[in-house]
Amino acid sequence: MQKSEEERSVEIAPAIKLTNISKNFGPVQANKNISLSVKVGTIHGIVGENGAGKSTLMSILYGFYKADSGEIFVGGNKTIIPDSQAAISAGIGMVFQHFKLVENFSVLENVILGAEDGPLLKQSLAKARVQLTNLSKEYELDVDPDAIIENMSVGLQQRVEILKALYREANILILDEPTGVLTPSEANHLFRILKGLRDQGKTIILITHKLREIMDATDTVSVMRSGEMTATLKTAKTSPEELAELMVGRKVLLNISKKESKIGDIALEVKNLRVTDEKGVLRVKGITFDVKEGEILGIAGVAGNGQSELLEALGGFRKSQGSVSVYGHSLNLENPSGQEIRDLSIAHVPEDRQRLGLIMEFSAWENIGFGYQHEQEYSSPWGLMNNKKMRQDADDKMGRFDVRPTDSKLKARNFSGGNQQKLVLAREIERNPDILLIGQPTRGVDIGAIEFIHNEIIKLRDEGKAIVLVSVELDEILSLTDRVSVMFDGNLIGNKITAETNAMELGLLMGGEIS
Amino acid sequence: MTKLPAWIDILLIPFINLIIALFLSALVVLYIGENPLDALSIMIKGAIGSSYGWGYTLYYATNFIFTGLAVSVAFHARMFNIGGEGQAMLGGLGVALVCLMVPWPHWIVALPVAVIGGALFGAAWAAIPAYLQAKRGSHIVITTIMFNFMASALLVYLLVNVLKVPGSMAPETARFAEGARLPTGHDMLGWVGIKFSKSPPVNISFFVALASCFAIWFLIWRTKLGYEIRAFGHSESAAKYAGISPVKIIMIAVLISGALSGLMGINSVMGESERLVLDSVQGAGFIGIAVALMGRSHPFGVFLAAILFGILYQGGAELAMWTKIPRELIVVIQALVILLTGALDNMIRMPIERLYFKMVRAGA
Repeated sequence: MQKSEEERSVEIAPAIKLTNISKNFGPVQANKNISLSVKVGTIHGIVGENGAGKSTLMSILYGFYKADSGEIFVGGNKTIIPDSQAAISAGIGMVFQHFKLVENFSVLENVILGAEDGPLLKQSLAKARVQLTNLSKEYELDVDPDAIIENMSVGLQQRVEILKALYREANILILDEPTGVLTPSEANHLFRILKGLRDQGKTIILITHKLREIMDATDTVSVMRSGEMTATLKTAKTSPEELAELMVGRKVLLNISKKESKIGDIALEVKNLRVTDEKGVLRVKGITFDVKEGEILGIAGVAGNGQSELLEALGGFRKSQGSVSVYGHSLNLENPSGQEIRDLSIAHVPEDRQRLGLIMEFSAWENIGFGYQHEQEYSSPWGLMNNKKMRQDADDKMGRFDVRPTDSKLKARNFSGGNQQKLVLAREIERNPDILLIGQPTRGVDIGAIEFIHNEIIKLRDEGKAIVLVSVELDEILSLTDRVSVMFDGNLIGNKITAETNAMELGLLMGGEIS
Repeated sequence: MTKLPAWIDILLIPFINLIIALFLSALVVLYIGENPLDALSIMIKGAIGSSYGWGYTLYYATNFIFTGLAVSVAFHARMFNIGGEGQAMLGGLGVALVCLMVPWPHWIVALPVAVIGGALFGAAWAAIPAYLQAKRGSHIVITTIMFNFMASALLVYLLVNVLKVPGSMAPETARFAEGARLPTGHDMLGWVGIKFSKSPPVNISFFVALASCFAIWFLIWRTKLGYEIRAFGHSESAAKYAGISPVKIIMIAVLISGALSGLMGINSVMGESERLVLDSVQGAGFIGIAVALMGRSHPFGVFLAAILFGILYQGGAELAMWTKIPRELIVVIQALVILLTGALDNMIRMPIERLYFKMVRAGA
């Protein structure tokens, strides 16, 4: 039986075949001897933690990087891909996580950009219009060819990216973390489109870190861990638990258990808060909520609906209007200061740990005191730093939070994303704050570390602290929080008890549909 | 391992940069029609071959330590203070006023006050660009350049109209009284019985410069202010997250920078000319940029780079005296060093990094 299957696969050459691909960046081996074969007409998932080498591998396939060794076969033919132009002519199309669209161009103009037939656009545009209509019909990719990109939703913009690839006659479509910016229903729609494309004979490579998407959408799945391809499995014959174990290299608990919360007094009270961004756009449009001791309030929503600005305003990073009081003490919103926040025992774990939470060029021990350098344990009244104490603290806290490597002399830059996050968490949580503001606690964090981080947050809640958690991961919101509000277009909608709601209901709210 | 060892980072790479700069300069020397090796030997002998040469080399180096430290401190806060020239001119004015206005009994009393005077005037000249940057976002590169021209004009005005000795033709102040003259290298080494050439202007300010190196190292790596300055310099957004005030850090860092430039006055005005003359700074403010770049903004690196530039300066003077190579060749070398260490740093760094990691991997 098995032999005949092998024979059959020999008949039709695989869409993509990689043999022994290796790639080093300085001392880092991003890809080690990777071999992969993707069958024609399948959806092939690639999962792996951050830094496992997925993006590097796809960048090699798309001609952004040159492999140090190894060969690429496209449709059975050995192919050398020095740049993206070569990838396109080999029939490979790529949809990036961050779209590459000209915002003030129409769909049509974006589609022909770089694929014009001559110096005059009229003919190309006419030709593209016909082809676009055909493609839209064939694959149910309904898009108005004359719509301007900046007026379109993110989901539609993504379809334009797919159309761009199809217009260039891509047979193999690579999608890099395509659902990061989509609402759950948009994501479902995307998967329907992808399945349609597959049924028409296209080959799709889906890169993601979300196991649920792999289970829902793919036929085959390959798992990468620290630069190596650890397994390739039939999706139907595996489970999220098995995949997680393959990704991390040990057993992982995907669900966390938490006790009933003991609610106390109101800790943080926000009234009619408005936040304007640098461009003068009102991003938070007068929202009101409170958080009590011993509860986790989740703020869900698709990225870009004002959650980041809300968190930064509460964290003293951004000016705002309205009123915020902490145990009855009003914050100075006109001249916010991160120091005022810390003096009130509010800890802020920012969404963007690399830009805000850490000084990447500082060593881990210097980062452990960051924001708390005025505390008497770290500096004398005359302004001398107590570096010894900071180093000791760093060693202790890094040990307790299992930050790896444990060398506190390493620069923050040299830690992985998950360990950087643990550094920030160790700094903020170990000070035992009354209120914790935390944004995207597990973004870019390895599955193994997610479990740990979630437990730390729950532990703080059980000690009676008030927690505001902003996350775009619905699963995280559902499993961690006690109450949840959805942020949509600068407003908070739908204040729900987490136990009484579900992904479906929140998903609708995230799309702005108020039931 | 993802990091180069320190000796490669702060010694080997600048050294290679210097060798390349010298090699390119050698081509220019060849073009002029002189033998580059002879030229190099004249330069080195002239700079460090005698106590006379050393005296000048260290005098120049003292100036460059002050201005190099000035640029470095601002660099740590990611501020590019290129107003060292003007700040040093004003610092010289401050030193001169201190020296002229009080009949000092002895230099031991005069020096500390002159230090304060020079630092205050230098800092004051940096204060307006600092304030404009901190509060209004006016780029400090632009404003400090403008302040260089203003300082130069101000000095001309003061020396011609206010401070000039009545009846004198020269636009310079009166010579300072005996009690405000600093001991030279000859004097100081004479105390311990070592013979040292009498003519070079190196003086006790050299030790003030060394003390400044240590003080700045301590400030940057051992104090809370230094911690905040470095944090702000690496990431303004993270500094803001931590509640560090950008206005405060910009002001303080640039004021310290200006003060260091101003301190140069004790060497050039009080130590060398013993009066305030028009062109007392002689471009040292700009050389400070090269020194800071080459020393990678570390006080010890600044010290080494300043000595090197002192050698180049004194050697260049000798070169102009004994060959037909113009003194400006030094400016060429200096420009090449800035080009290589500043703009083209990665050109050298990347291949060395690759080579180093390849060797590490092969070893492992």
